Amino acid sequence: MEGIIKFLQQLINGIHVGSIYALIALGYTMVYGIVQLINFAHGDIIMMGAFIAFISITVLKLPIILVILISVIFCMISGILIEKIAYKPLRNSPRISALITAIGVSLFLENLFMLIFTPNPKPFPNVLKVYQINIGNLQISNLTIITIVVSVILMIGLDFFVKHTKTGKAMRAVSEDQGAAQLMGINVNTTISVTFAIGSALGAIGGILYSIAYPVIDPFMGIMPGLKAFIAAVLGGIGIIPGAMLGGFIMGIAESFTKGYISSQLADAVVFGILILVLSIKPSGIFGKNIKEKV
Amino acid sequence: MKSKLKPYIINTVAIIFTYVILILLMQTGIINSYYEGIVISIGINIILATSLNLATGYLGQLALGHAGFMAIGAYASAICTSMMNLPDLLQLIVSILIGGIFAGIFGILIGIPALRLKGDYLAIITLGFGEIIRVVILNMKITGGARGFRGILPLTSFNSVFWITVIIVLIIYTLINSRHGRAIISIREDEIASEAVGINTTYYKIFAFSLAAFFAGIGGGLYAHYYTVLDPASFGFMRSIEILIIVVLGGMGSLTGSIVAAIILTILPQLLLDFSDYRMLIYSILLIIMMIFRPQGLLGKTEFSLTKLFKITPNNKERSE
Repeated sequence: MEGIIKFLQQLINGIHVGSIYALIALGYTMVYGIVQLINFAHGDIIMMGAFIAFISITVLKLPIILVILISVIFCMISGILIEKIAYKPLRNSPRISALITAIGVSLFLENLFMLIFTPNPKPFPNVLKVYQINIGNLQISNLTIITIVVSVILMIGLDFFVKHTKTGKAMRAVSEDQGAAQLMGINVNTTISVTFAIGSALGAIGGILYSIAYPVIDPFMGIMPGLKAFIAAVLGGIGIIPGAMLGGFIMGIAESFTKGYISSQLADAVVFGILILVLSIKPSGIFGKNIKEKV
Repeated sequence: MKSKLKPYIINTVAIIFTYVILILLMQTGIINSYYEGIVISIGINIILATSLNLATGYLGQLALGHAGFMAIGAYASAICTSMMNLPDLLQLIVSILIGGIFAGIFGILIGIPALRLKGDYLAIITLGFGEIIRVVILNMKITGGARGFRGILPLTSFNSVFWITVIIVLIIYTLINSRHGRAIISIREDEIASEAVGINTTYYKIFAFSLAAFFAGIGGGLYAHYYTVLDPASFGFMRSIEILIIVVLGGMGSLTGSIVAAIILTILPQLLLDFSDYRMLIYSILLIIMMIFRPQGLLGKTEFSLTKLFKITPNNKERSE
């Protein structure tokens, strides 16, 4: 019985973290799907979201709904600006140049926030009253439930948006064939901006949820969750939205089980090990499409 | 034959000239020990960048785990030095060779599964391997774990770094201009076509990748014997990125570009020390601007050549190349 309880507890923790990874991974995967760019700055969008939330809570003392709204809008605008300033001029350049630019943007944001907020970690204020709900011997905090519910609602919303709205259709068209989409009268630039905006908005919410779960924020906090979310996106098949969700949950659960059963130090190695295993067996990720190469 | 020798003579003279100038500057004290440290870091960065250029620039496989190979080389050579007791120079050579061989073996082991993938997937799997290497080193007893590996003999000197860098760049240069090198470049240009003309692509991919790992291991060995303290945290993902930035900024597929970029990017943070707080901010902005206005890097795919500079071409055929 003890063993089952521990197993379930770890599973729930894993789903909690995994849903945050999944939210962040969606941003990576959508951007990759549309411009084939690993947006390394996405991890810093998470950090920005957390910091903007931090200011609005501590300095402006706003209610939580407004805090989330401000943070989301701020990140959306920065996402669009980053794309316009740094990535758009490089759309036709070698992809590696765009990658280096993304790394440059990431370094820029980290150091900008380090200048403004100093590198010292800051405690993230309690915005929620955390209490435990007991189901038998199982303890679940309300935070876990809120995180999972919010993530799942956002994912369903995104899925609906991409499948059933005109903008969503445009996004899918651009990611399939940019040239053909343009010929069909789709405004490619607007569509790419919308993609960055949605990705950044999800990243901001992910960042806030992450900093509520691990309530210390610093300018470099985005690197690790960003990297893991990116790996989640690759795991599920990059560019594929359900793949990012599944990948996020797999990453979260694997990490939680390693921490619970093996060693918390090795958690990162296990996570990367799973990635290598999956890519060795199925090189395009779990949901990846197998594109045949034509000569 | 005589005219073919000329470029060799010019380049040899140039290398010796650089060496003598640097030695003279050190003797007269214009380059003090602080600047000498920067010169040594430049040498190590040149080794790392040219070796990554072999994998990323010439072979065309984006690898993000170079720091992992550097770490293997650094730790293997440091452990080797701590176990043996040879004369200084011999010890350094034996240690860095062992470091290089270890890194090379891991290069083969990682290359076999990783090089089946392409593009961004390859980038991410090498990133994964790099991180695994770091975490494993962090958790091993022999490497000192998180406390780091201390008390390595300071065997690296300006002389050894300079000549080892020259030798490595020379080896990579001759390799690239040989039959094997052309096979490697053909894989970058079109893998299927090169396979169709009978090039064993798997063999050459793993060969170039593990050779790059071998040289990175040597670079790591020199690093270990210069800083004398190894910390697993310094071989993280960001170190790989730093090396990649040098390669891309110099121009992928240009060894001289890598050398120039390694010199600039090692000196630049030192020059910006006066701005301390804004240092990394300026660095990142320069990086973005550089990429927007010159995405192919400083030298693109061309090599800077002294022979061309002096307009001494062995014959017209080679000039047209």
